[in-house]
Amino acid sequence: MSVRFSDIQVGDEIPLLKLQPVNRTTLALYCGASGDHNPIHVDLDFARKSRMDDVFAHGMLSAAYFGRLLTAWVPQSQVRSLSVRFTGITQLGHIPTCTGKVVEKFIDAGEQRVRLALRCANQYGEEKLAGEAVVALA
Amino acid sequence: MADKNLIGHKIGAYSVDVEKGRLRFFAKAIGETDPVYTDEAAAKAAGHKSLPVPPTFLKCLESEGRDVVELLNLVGFDLGRVLHAEQSFVYHSMAYAGDVLTFHGFISDLYEKKGGALQFVVMEARVTNQDGEHIADIRSSLVQR
Repeated sequence: MSVRFSDIQVGDEIPLLKLQPVNRTTLALYCGASGDHNPIHVDLDFARKSRMDDVFAHGMLSAAYFGRLLTAWVPQSQVRSLSVRFTGITQLGHIPTCTGKVVEKFIDAGEQRVRLALRCANQYGEEKLAGEAVVALA
Repeated sequence: MADKNLIGHKIGAYSVDVEKGRLRFFAKAIGETDPVYTDEAAAKAAGHKSLPVPPTFLKCLESEGRDVVELLNLVGFDLGRVLHAEQSFVYHSMAYAGDVLTFHGFISDLYEKKGGALQFVVMEARVTNQDGEHIADIRSSLVQR
């Protein structure tokens, strides 16, 4: 059943996406798959030299989770924009949950669109990523 | 403080092949279970010409065509002190496995906050496919602590 513009109200929450805990394997896989080989995410020695206690997650991994949140709700061809601000660092052991709320319904470029406020937080409710997306709905 | 004259500096146009294997590996890394992103038959059944490039993978492809350390050196940033501050994508058309995407990148801003304690560089890129179709515009903001 596809999501229809007329069925959506400002304030509605879209189905949330709860992830698995982030571990070193998660980061190694994302390093290879994304092509972001910055050693700060996978090499403990490098991280310590850079005055971090340990490696930490790529911000773009959480951004990819926002992508999953959106494309689980509507087909990707309806996603018009996605922007994210990295507001916290996701550490090993954190369990991210991504949520999205409709904040505006509007018409642009001749189509019906909704603006979503997105948030990714860990199991302690600490925000790690904030964002916004615009999605077209029939 | 980075040289403000670098604002507008072109990072150069380069092209990157979108490979099915890379897309499947990316899907695995982010825990994507929707078969549209891993199974070409499912993608075609959903109306796609091949496996779609997922929303944030364009940033990965952009990074593939250039040396980020070289770019950071250009603006005087040190990799170990750099964090990603913001990232945005405006989508115009879908991209798929088999496409060849061209990135026209440039430095769009350089500024500092907190009296120079935080330095920012903003890079933008226009993305087109092999047919000249406008796929997306992407914008990345990096901060040096």
